[in-house]
Amino acid sequence: MKVAVCINHVPDTETKIKISADSKSIDRAGVNFMMSPYDEIAVEEGLRIRDKFKGEVIVISLGGEKHKETLRKALAMGVDKAVLLKDEGERDSHGVAVGLAAELRALAPDVILCGKQSIDFDDAQVGTAVAEMLGLPSVGVVVKIDIQDGNVVCQREIEGGHETVETRLPAVFLAQKGLNDPRYPSLKGIMAAKSKPIEEKPAAAAEPRVLTVAMRKPPAKSSGKILGTDKTAVPELVRLLHDEAKVI
Amino acid sequence: MTILAFAEHRDGKFKKSSFETVRAARTVADALQADLCALVIGSGITALAQELGQYGASRVLVVDDPVLAAHANRAFASAIATVAAQRKADLIFLPASQMGKDLAPRVAVKLNAGLASDCVAVNVENGELIATRPVYAGKALVDVRVTTPVKVYTLRPNVFTATTGGGEAVVEQMSVPVDPADLTTVVKDIKVATGRPDVTEADIIVSGGRGMKGPEHFGMLESLADVLGAAVGASRAVVDAGWRPHDEQVGQTGKTVSPTLYVACGISGAVQHVAGMSSSKYIVAINKDKDAPIFQIADYGIVGDVFEVVPELTTQLKQVLGK
Repeated sequence: MKVAVCINHVPDTETKIKISADSKSIDRAGVNFMMSPYDEIAVEEGLRIRDKFKGEVIVISLGGEKHKETLRKALAMGVDKAVLLKDEGERDSHGVAVGLAAELRALAPDVILCGKQSIDFDDAQVGTAVAEMLGLPSVGVVVKIDIQDGNVVCQREIEGGHETVETRLPAVFLAQKGLNDPRYPSLKGIMAAKSKPIEEKPAAAAEPRVLTVAMRKPPAKSSGKILGTDKTAVPELVRLLHDEAKVI
Repeated sequence: MTILAFAEHRDGKFKKSSFETVRAARTVADALQADLCALVIGSGITALAQELGQYGASRVLVVDDPVLAAHANRAFASAIATVAAQRKADLIFLPASQMGKDLAPRVAVKLNAGLASDCVAVNVENGELIATRPVYAGKALVDVRVTTPVKVYTLRPNVFTATTGGGEAVVEQMSVPVDPADLTTVVKDIKVATGRPDVTEADIIVSGGRGMKGPEHFGMLESLADVLGAAVGASRAVVDAGWRPHDEQVGQTGKTVSPTLYVACGISGAVQHVAGMSSSKYIVAINKDKDAPIFQIADYGIVGDVFEVVPELTTQLKQVLGK
């Protein structure tokens, strides 16, 4: 079984976002980057599928030199091969999907895994767009993948419940939290990853179709009233919810 | 100019996010003097279609086919793209529901279109549509412009208002061939988790954090939620600890929500949590720690013990709401 996992390098979830001077992007100074958390779940699932069915896991990331950090982490987790599709351009999800699809077409994996969304632009587009470009089935926001003889039964999250979805390999799966608990790389894994090669090649990415006109912070919420320090404040809260907020 | 708005239904009813999408598309259509067609896909759904007139669809296109009874993302996306091409649609709107997110990227690829996902505003400026969407889980907003001739947008549920007051719609049957190969990925079964609404769709969310001290104390929040008809939410810490299911998590690696009222109980207000809920209209915070960051964004705060305040709040709301 050949498994490919697409991963992205994004600002840490604890990062406070500052807008850069051009008002179109974030200020990257002092920002810690990490593997997008849903992509980490995708890597873990890839490793489990490889361990069960034998074969190899290849991780692919499209972006600049810095993406190597995230590829190294995947290597430390235990993937067999890492590919950097080198690209320093400003890309939207379409541009990234075109680049990934070109590489995946050549690789022809049985299973393609992505995070359900990258936690920077939160587009939730790349995985499904890649599937469409490759003419493959896709299952989004997946919390369970059960592969048997090329048939796959998945659980996927929907509003207020779950869907059971059946498909066949090759297919694309978009990992959601709950699919697994990603492993921490072992010290041995981290050491080994340092000497593993990362294959580099230019990305065949496309020009953006969605342009950012402006980026700004959301309107700041000012802190409101402290109504009290115990349950005697409850009647006032109920009154405000009724009279002022009019939510009850 | 023609606008197409896709409406999703489940169990013989449209989803609220579909009404919101059709209404938002109507507003854009009026600003651009465009024709608006709603689109419904499924089996035995023609009788439903008329209802979309109330939300401003003057015409509802229906792809009513027994093979489309269950959601099959490739077949649905093909049908949307085929209808869009037949009608020469310039703009296509879908709800950013799980189904909408499953379809929109495919529709965009098929139509060589750019896709702006999860929009929270769509405004016409100088004859051009500018969409606003949250990025970094809501830590920033971007205004975007789609540059392709055909443009696709998904709209975040619970943000746009689904006002009625439209009129009668003309319902038109569309004949769209379905490729059997597109039916190989198909939904076999749907299980609804609880009787409570989903956090992404709820008007009110009662959410708990580490201050709840253990999974056994969430019953208290469920009781409060049930009095309010609310969803139950959770912070990342309690989900990671296994106290609550993943689908309740609010924040950057969970759901981003915009309810009318968000009641944060024993939640400190970490950056990644606040990003996911700060666009709530009203925020109530109940926390023992007066320095908890959640109080900086709360409209109403009680610096007190959740185990004392929450049951009292439930009791008093029961009386006020006559439950």
